Amino acid sequence: MQFQTFSSPHTDRPNSVDKVMLQVILALLPGVLAMTWYFGPGVLINIVIATLSAVAFEALVLKLRKRPVMPTLYDLSAVVTAILFAIAVPPLLPWWLTVIGMAFAIIMVKQLYGGLGYNPFNPAMAAYVLLLISWPIPMTSWLPPVVLSTNPLDFMQIVSAIFTGSPPTGLEWDAITMATPLDGMRTNLDQGQMISEIFQSPVWGDFGGLGWEWVGNWFLMGGLWLIYKRTITWHIPLAFFAGLTGLAMITFLFDPESYPFALFHVFSGGAILGAFFIATDPVTACTTRKGQLIYGVAIGMLVYVIRTWGGYPDAVAFAVLLLNMAAPTIDYYTRPQVFGHGDNHG
Amino acid sequence: MYVESSKGKIRRLWDFHGGLHLPDNKRQSLQTDLTSATMPARLILPLRQHIGEPAIPLVKPGDRVLKGEKIADNTAPVCAPIHAPTSGIIKGIEAHSIPHPSGLNGPAIVLEVDGKDEWADLPAPINDFQNVDKSLLLQRIREAGIVGLGGATFPAAIKLNPGKAIRTLIINGAECEPFITCDDLLMQGAPDRILNGVRILQHILGAEECLIGIEDNKPDAISTLRSHLTDDEPIEVVRIPTLYPSGGEKQLIRILTGQEVPSGGFPAQLGVICHNVATTAAIADAVLEGRPLISRLVTLTGEGIANPCNMEVPLGITAADLIEQAGGYTGKSSQLIVGGPMMGFNLSTDQVPITKGSNCLLAPSEEEVPTTGSALACIRCGRCAEVCPVNLLPQQMYWFSRAKELEKVQDYNLFDCIECGCCSHVCPSHIPLVHYFRFAKTESWAKEKELQAADHAKKRHDFRIARLERLDAERKARLRKKKEDLGKKKPVKPAAKGEDAKKAAIEAAMKRAATKKAAQQSPPKNTDNLTPAQQKQVDAVDKHRAETTADQE
Repeated sequence: MQFQTFSSPHTDRPNSVDKVMLQVILALLPGVLAMTWYFGPGVLINIVIATLSAVAFEALVLKLRKRPVMPTLYDLSAVVTAILFAIAVPPLLPWWLTVIGMAFAIIMVKQLYGGLGYNPFNPAMAAYVLLLISWPIPMTSWLPPVVLSTNPLDFMQIVSAIFTGSPPTGLEWDAITMATPLDGMRTNLDQGQMISEIFQSPVWGDFGGLGWEWVGNWFLMGGLWLIYKRTITWHIPLAFFAGLTGLAMITFLFDPESYPFALFHVFSGGAILGAFFIATDPVTACTTRKGQLIYGVAIGMLVYVIRTWGGYPDAVAFAVLLLNMAAPTIDYYTRPQVFGHGDNHG
Repeated sequence: MYVESSKGKIRRLWDFHGGLHLPDNKRQSLQTDLTSATMPARLILPLRQHIGEPAIPLVKPGDRVLKGEKIADNTAPVCAPIHAPTSGIIKGIEAHSIPHPSGLNGPAIVLEVDGKDEWADLPAPINDFQNVDKSLLLQRIREAGIVGLGGATFPAAIKLNPGKAIRTLIINGAECEPFITCDDLLMQGAPDRILNGVRILQHILGAEECLIGIEDNKPDAISTLRSHLTDDEPIEVVRIPTLYPSGGEKQLIRILTGQEVPSGGFPAQLGVICHNVATTAAIADAVLEGRPLISRLVTLTGEGIANPCNMEVPLGITAADLIEQAGGYTGKSSQLIVGGPMMGFNLSTDQVPITKGSNCLLAPSEEEVPTTGSALACIRCGRCAEVCPVNLLPQQMYWFSRAKELEKVQDYNLFDCIECGCCSHVCPSHIPLVHYFRFAKTESWAKEKELQAADHAKKRHDFRIARLERLDAERKARLRKKKEDLGKKKPVKPAAKGEDAKKAAIEAAMKRAATKKAAQQSPPKNTDNLTPAQQKQVDAVDKHRAETTADQE
């Protein structure tokens, strides 16, 4: 009798790429829903636009590269990139900016390097940075959270704002948008105000901006679930927070009136999303355990440095991209000791 | 971790990096008792059933051989003889499919069984082995053709002669591969043979202590062996946690002693020797009964086989004959694996004989072992590194293996890889990582060989040139002397000048010829498979060479 032959091991493989990506998407859901609750359906519309365009661009490039299209689309990696990008940008971002962002992310950053697994930079963050530098105004025009909104928009107004790129009739952009808490803090500090003064304003909650701070909580839940499911490990997120809060605590102890306390940094901006979902992107992060700790700490510290002394109020995207560049080198110098290479020879 | 070994002693256990908890699937083949396979009409005995040089047949077609008679051996230092598993006529010595991952054929002795099962004269039993010289025992073990029966098939006698003081003898009863149960049944069914073997080994090695390591999913084997130990002997049965691949030699030594076998080194360097339980039992048979290795236990399992079981089978029986005795195929399997699911390999045909190293035939159903689809790109998730028992970085090694950057892969300690399959098992992209590493290893070996050959050729070439130059210089010196002797009478300088030039030309031509000849003798490697551009270059040079030669003539 003749038989088929396969390469060992001959086992039921417990893991698959699509399962990993699906878990990441599921873990993002609570945070996405919380964002929708606080910032309106624009968040979901952005996700839909981003996903559709990311999948379309991926299919297009694969076709041009004469690669099988469906297996790659099924791995869901383009969808993850799309969602991460869509929740990082303001909820009223004009649709064509989202499309440009996805074109850049999928075609330039991902596929031109060889597709999934070969891209040195995080596609979502690269696209975010491209747009932030090229179109700074729409990329920083955030809606206020619903609890603070004086002019809440209805669904149709949001749709029209995204697709026409102009504010709803009778309203100015200034009337419906608001600085992010990190931005507000920076501006106020630059004006010479004390932190105790700044926190008098009703826009602040317990740790950070009112409303904003709770979005982070939901992402945190999703991230912890990912660690529980062993989709990611604790190394990068923990190191990230250690780097961020470590620096924040030192400066806070020096001058608590000029430097916000550590938890403010954790619950503001993209810190939690970045720590659990962006810095942990396996393709672009370090893969050795020691390397992941260095990588995480360095991103956390860079986020703090750029937020505090750099030109942008938030810095997760910049910090992640900078460390993406360093990842191969860090990996090289943090190789674990292989069995039989130590001096444990009795 | 601490466990209680036999005799109430508390032993510390160590752990190794990574490893996997796999569904063990051992129940299926443990449903029925151990049976003996009936002798088929024909046995196929490959000449290479061990690591080392293949054995050379001592018989010719038409010879009648008796059971236990030596039919092949080799004087090479690393080799194990092969014996006839039953009496019969040698039908031929021919190429036959053998259990090898390559699927290639190998030379084998074909034995036509005569059904009489007539024993040859066996060497006398050595019952008082304690009073016998070690070299005699080693000779007996070698002559019995015993090799590592756990799968490594390294000749046992060589391993027992390490030339170093051995403190600890470790007996491997871990049997960590899923599905396989033959060692488990052996430990349950023949504890005395194993323990007698252990005593013999302890005597040979002079080991102070002996640790028998058994995974805790085999409680019956553990208790049986413990109950057969006498109180005063330094043999301990140690229950170790079930974790693949704790049955790997280096892993088991680490678990039981906390020591790591140095990279590229041997356990004996640590004062440790490790043998499998089945090998130990075979050694007892050889010493105490004079019986050579002519049969072994084999697990037949998987939903593709009608009656999963364990059998004592004569070496040389084909997988097809054996599976028929286990009720035949159920049709639920499209593959046949020899060895376990993690490290075993697929057979393309069942006309392959059972050899000394075959411990299991596995015909799994699609549910038991799904055939995986094509691999996706590596997403560098690092799970492979998490489970690697050697603490390698398979994701990096894969990258370099794919790019054929062999030096880089070696830099990442390719040759420490034990090919256990943990990395491939957990890979979400279903990349056959171990396959890549085997490929990189063979490529590296081939390249190494090529380099050595080139180096050798270069040395020969250089030596030849030097020799020719020396001969030439000697000849010239002779001539000059002769001429000087003659020239003392009538010095003719201008003529000599012309003579010298002529001589120089002749020398140069000879040198060229010599170089050319030497070049022809070295393996013609670099001019094979040239691109058109390179060919053009070579042609141009050849033309130039031809022209200059012509000029000089």
